[in-house]
Amino acid sequence: MDLAVRAGEIVTLVGLNGAGKSTLIRVILGIMKPDDGAVIQAPGLRIGYSPQHVHRDPILPMTVRRFLTLGAPSPRKKLEEVLDEVGADPILGYPLAEISGGEMQRVLLARALLREPNLLVLDEPLAGVDVTSQSELYQLISDIRDRHGCGVLLVSHDLHLVMAATDTVVCLNRHVCCTGRPQTVLRDPEFISLFGPHLSETLAVYQHSHDHRHDALGEPLRTHDAASDGDFHRQG
Amino acid sequence: MEDFFLRALGGGIGAALAAGPVGCFVIWRRMAYFGTALAHAVLLGIALGFLLDIEPILAVFAICFLLAGCLVLLERQRYTSVDALLGVLAHAVFAAGLVVVAFMERMRVDLIGYLFGDILSVGAFDLALIFGTAAVVTAVLSWQWRNLLAMAVNQDLAAVEGVPVERIRLLLLFLLAAVIAVGMKIVGMLLVVALVIIPAAAARRMVTTPEQMAVAATAIGVVSVIVGLFVSLEWDIPAGPGIVLAASLAFAGSLLIPVRGRSRRDG
Repeated sequence: MDLAVRAGEIVTLVGLNGAGKSTLIRVILGIMKPDDGAVIQAPGLRIGYSPQHVHRDPILPMTVRRFLTLGAPSPRKKLEEVLDEVGADPILGYPLAEISGGEMQRVLLARALLREPNLLVLDEPLAGVDVTSQSELYQLISDIRDRHGCGVLLVSHDLHLVMAATDTVVCLNRHVCCTGRPQTVLRDPEFISLFGPHLSETLAVYQHSHDHRHDALGEPLRTHDAASDGDFHRQG
Repeated sequence: MEDFFLRALGGGIGAALAAGPVGCFVIWRRMAYFGTALAHAVLLGIALGFLLDIEPILAVFAICFLLAGCLVLLERQRYTSVDALLGVLAHAVFAAGLVVVAFMERMRVDLIGYLFGDILSVGAFDLALIFGTAAVVTAVLSWQWRNLLAMAVNQDLAAVEGVPVERIRLLLLFLLAAVIAVGMKIVGMLLVVALVIIPAAAARRMVTTPEQMAVAATAIGVVSVIVGLFVSLEWDIPAGPGIVLAASLAFAGSLLIPVRGRSRRDG
């Protein structure tokens, strides 16, 4: 598969459970080695990463402040600024295990930002965040992209928000199913077969064609080879 | 005070200095069973030391490091869980130790000392080794503190932020092996894991940062050694168990400390 994230672009990976979203992220980040192929990082690439779930174990005494400085040692003033930027309360002195799920997502984002990344990789940044804060958090990610000019690679299954704030959607189903602007992907028959027609109808704007079908096992079948539209991926 | 008692005090304090901070990581990373497995290797080390006529405690170091290396290698295969793997290795090396011991007549007499510790027989060489180990362990921990801590919180996040995760894991296991090897001399192989774990467990409720916990664990370990030794002198009880009981009392006492709820404080 082929996946590119440009500076200032928000790319969102969508797909059902088991589609390989997290595996792909882990390979990109270098946590897992790919069975085949290579991940080539641009020189000078600094990645800020926010994992899907950080287990906060009360066995380990850890304040928010200490947690933030683990990624990149920073003076207190900078820590306060970055907490403010991600919209968290001044919670530097709190035990990490006792802040809310929404606060934790913001703290994770803050830790990623402290590394002054040019690529942000956020795995399910809305997990554990209540509905009212979700759109706020999405807006925040979009603002951060504008302010820092970094590329953002998101994993999400909240399609409503994905469609609202993403430049490119990559739909995974053990391979790249379809990719393109949100409106385009929504009308992709593969996307519709994955997520159901109702969802697509509520979100869709216009139609687009696709370059392969799936057999009964979900393996891609080529229907025509050269996809002229730049939205399509090459399977490989 | 008699010389042997001062040497015992020094040896115990040295071992507690090394065990405190390492014990914190053992607790944070849930590695207690690693410690137990390494302690089981002590007997084989001692027996081989006698057999090959090298200083037993050095042979213990070698065997513990070897076992730590084996553990890391075997962990990569996915068809045996880590706890089962530890169970296999721990008992295999222990059985091997017993077999080697059976070949040696004069070992039988000494065995009790190694199983339960013989702090009152700590000699000048032991003292040097214990404090040397404590110094190396403290230096390595300070040098890699942030990496170790980042891994204890979240290994993936640490890896992405540039921590060499595999190497640091191995390093921590080697530090634990070194602490087990010197702690064995103080409280014996059956109780050495207690010296590592109990002070750290007792420290948890007293602290709010990992650094405080490392310091508190060390302090509790040192106080336990001093209290245990004096009590053993006064009431004529075995020193190793006395030290472990003193630490256990500290842990029981720490349970009385109320856990602080969420409170607005300055960082």
